[in-house]
Amino acid sequence: MAGRDPLMEELRAHVAAKLQELDGVIGLRRTAEGTAPYLFQKGDDLSQLEIDPRYPLAPVVSLLQKRYPEARFGIVARGCDARALVEMAKREQVDPDRLYLLGVACTAEEAEECHCADPAPDPAPWPQAEVIGTSVGGVSPNPIVADYEGMSLKERREFWQQQLLKCIKCYGCRNICPECFCEACALEDKVWVEPGVLAPPFPMFHLIRAMHMSGRCVACRQCELTCPAHIPLTVLYDLIRRDVESLLGYVPGAAISVAPPLSLTLDEAPLLVEVIAH
Amino acid sequence: MEYKNVLTTCIYCGCGCGLYLEVLDGEIVGVIPAKEHPVNQGRLCIKGWNAADFIYHPDRLKTPLIRKNGELVEATWDEALSLVAERLGTIKAESGPNSLAFLSSAKCTNEENYLLQKLARAVFKTNNVDHCARL
Repeated sequence: MAGRDPLMEELRAHVAAKLQELDGVIGLRRTAEGTAPYLFQKGDDLSQLEIDPRYPLAPVVSLLQKRYPEARFGIVARGCDARALVEMAKREQVDPDRLYLLGVACTAEEAEECHCADPAPDPAPWPQAEVIGTSVGGVSPNPIVADYEGMSLKERREFWQQQLLKCIKCYGCRNICPECFCEACALEDKVWVEPGVLAPPFPMFHLIRAMHMSGRCVACRQCELTCPAHIPLTVLYDLIRRDVESLLGYVPGAAISVAPPLSLTLDEAPLLVEVIAH
Repeated sequence: MEYKNVLTTCIYCGCGCGLYLEVLDGEIVGVIPAKEHPVNQGRLCIKGWNAADFIYHPDRLKTPLIRKNGELVEATWDEALSLVAERLGTIKAESGPNSLAFLSSAKCTNEENYLLQKLARAVFKTNNVDHCARL
């Protein structure tokens, strides 16, 4: 991206400097094969460092920190990577004290493409962090959400029935999600999901995952991008995130020290609004 | 300490989706769909997501097996190919070319499939060529 050149030069210089003191920096590397996550180490060719296309990098931090419990790594993180790392850190998947966050702000075009409310990484949760690039404000939410809210309950049900019927049960949404790190997954438990049934039973399959993502989803949009059936998954997760915020006052990805509400009792995390059973 | 991703092509069907094998210190630890690949554009089906699972599976065959006295015994490729060539030659001589059939696979490349049908038609003189998807 030509307009990115000065920023990429700045980023490469920062990574080169950090490689003098860190064991490695996790980022994207462009080779003749394409672009993919990579651990840059001292002496590597930093002209290969890239920031497009977006791959989830937080799981790579977790993988490397667990394999090397003493090592200190850096990460070239966009806003969504940084938020994902916050939720992973509070669930002990990432050690913030051994991580240097080298944040890169997304451009206005990128923020628009993702309907991202928070397109620049926040250095505040991190012991060591810096952010380069110019922060742009959040953009307007996904228009499908507004359309959806104009629908009746019956229309909403039909909307999801049509969308979720397309599911080929590839588990890609779960596999690519930086917050899906459970060793045992309910979606692979035949008590909840009968094996060999396509499309998966409506709406349980997707609602189990949605339930498990409440208080976790950081709106990185990777699930929607990897869905072979083009299901607008961010609509579902936008709505869930909004409910979690309005009911429990919780915004995933904001602060490591704030415990996730679904791991607390209602006494510890009371509902902010009265929920009336209909 | 080494973490990298190696681009490869899914081995499960003829679509040929691009995927990266995540390699940590020489060991494959995961699969990531290739976002820039023209075929799948960052998407995979359930087979592709699990395309690396067989690599370290204890049941994976690493050598050809030949049945000897009712039991499968590990063999070298030279041994196995010689036996196949010999038996196919014998069957053709005894029962004619149409007693043989050649079944190819979507997991193979176009070039490999071409070679298999060439072997069937030009060497063994049979048009009995088909595809694993019809088995």
